[in-house]
Amino acid sequence: MNPPPGLGIVKGLVETARNFVGSFHDPARLTTVQYPDERLPAKENARNFPFLVYDGPDSEKGLRCVACKICEKECPPQCIYIILERDANGKPQKHPRVFDLDISVCMSCQICVEVCPFDAIKMDTDYELSRSDRFGGLLLTKAELAKPNDYYRRIHPTEAQEVDARLEEERARAQAKAKPPAAAAKPAAPAQPAPA
Amino acid sequence: MSQPLEQLLVRLKDWLVLQCPPAAQGLVAALIPAAAIVAVFASLFALTTLLERKGLGRLQNRLGPNRVGPFGVLQPLADGLKMLIKEDIVPRDADRLVHLLAPVAMVVPVLLAYAVLPFGQRLVAVNFDAGILFFFAAGATTELAVFMAGWSSRNKYSLLGAMRAIAQMISYEVPLILSAMTAVMAAGSLSLVDIVGSQAGYHWGWLPRWHAFTPWGFAGLLLFTIAATAESNRTPFDIPEGESEIIAGHLVEYSGFKYALFFLGEYLGMFAVSGLGITLFLGGWHAPVPALEWVPSVAWFFAKLFGFIFLFIWLRGTLPRLRTDQLMNFAWKFMVPMVLVNLMVTAVWHFTRSWHFSGAGLWRWLVGALLLAGPYLWLGRALAGGRRFGPRSYHYAS
Repeated sequence: MNPPPGLGIVKGLVETARNFVGSFHDPARLTTVQYPDERLPAKENARNFPFLVYDGPDSEKGLRCVACKICEKECPPQCIYIILERDANGKPQKHPRVFDLDISVCMSCQICVEVCPFDAIKMDTDYELSRSDRFGGLLLTKAELAKPNDYYRRIHPTEAQEVDARLEEERARAQAKAKPPAAAAKPAAPAQPAPA
Repeated sequence: MSQPLEQLLVRLKDWLVLQCPPAAQGLVAALIPAAAIVAVFASLFALTTLLERKGLGRLQNRLGPNRVGPFGVLQPLADGLKMLIKEDIVPRDADRLVHLLAPVAMVVPVLLAYAVLPFGQRLVAVNFDAGILFFFAAGATTELAVFMAGWSSRNKYSLLGAMRAIAQMISYEVPLILSAMTAVMAAGSLSLVDIVGSQAGYHWGWLPRWHAFTPWGFAGLLLFTIAATAESNRTPFDIPEGESEIIAGHLVEYSGFKYALFFLGEYLGMFAVSGLGITLFLGGWHAPVPALEWVPSVAWFFAKLFGFIFLFIWLRGTLPRLRTDQLMNFAWKFMVPMVLVNLMVTAVWHFTRSWHFSGAGLWRWLVGALLLAGPYLWLGRALAGGRRFGPRSYHYAS
């Protein structure tokens, strides 16, 4: 037997009336965060656009990026533009002279992070990116992209710990290999591509 | 009834008229109520937009607007300013004259309808003998305005919205007027002032003689409210505007102040039809209890009006929009038969007035309620089409 017609409407009205009254005295019902005044705590797994990690105090010298251009080639919307640094003799330096990333094109797919063998590029969580210039303002240059490793540790603590541990291990292995010069003919295992 | 506050507004008007030269007195006496109605109800519109947005927010566990002024109370000001300074865009192929006239044709007739509403004791702009007829005649003109807007915009969405609006408004005009007829039958007059007068006094000294406390009046109030919701294009009957289907219907090509005028017209229509519902079934400006009769009658009218406004906001925050076929089925298979039954029950109520045995009042009530409940249940079930609604069952996922 169906309930009498119109009962569903009354039930719905009771439900919304409960919302109405509840929202005045029950803070659990009012989930609104008034954004510019209040903020939610940052989420560790959030990501939006990539940035470049540097070690040490100098954002130029400490850049992990070696301008191998793997990310530039893999990037599906092709938003990365890299020019390799060369010295006066035209010898390539392991350093980018230009590293531009157009975040108006970037689709936040994280493929650049996954393919980078040097853990040099990571995803940022900064979401306050409004700019007055929609072309130049959204084309981030190397200086804007470079952020210290401490920043990476702060926004993605768990992930940063893994990366730090892996880099430390690789450095130790490289040192161990360099000390005994002719211990064995066995070549050192190449650095594992970081699976992010 | 010689309270100082009661007739303050009427006395003020009389005094103002006397200050004018005798030749102009007639004109001034006509202009003062008109100006008062326009000013009061336009500000009520501004207030209602805020109340609606705050109320809807609370109904959905949100805060609602709270940035402009303390608790967002200046929001209507900001909205109005925005509407005023917005660019007024007219489509190239639009019928410019009709496009311009449509918002005006929306607002003016609705304002005319206020002329016959009694807002308080002796507080009515014009006391027509056929006031309710005038009200419906003026109110029905908004249909023309909506179609003017839809046609002149030369836009498919506009035209579709206007067609829907016409179909809906004409369908619901029938139950609206027929449900109002019950009060006319009971009062024996088409004058709204007389209809309010017929609801004066109290049963047994405490229960007001409002029509809403009779079986036909209660059913009539519900049917009238439903039809009024449809007539003023409000959720759940807002398919002419259906944002998710036809963007905004006849409003698609309107912007700036013309758009604001449409909204003003819609809200004024809602207030007017609520005021009519109050007048017909809820005792108009009469106080609900004898002890509170010292409160001015205008205050009671507006208290009831705010009750109606909140009801409309509450319904909007609760019910989803109907489909066109559901709307039409509801109008012709439920509303119209129920309204006809209600007319019959009113007649029964009228002819059982002469019952004078003990408990006659209760018996009249019972007979009326039963005569209404039977068709209600039957028609409601029939409208559901014999389908059973319950928890959904799945073949594999259980």
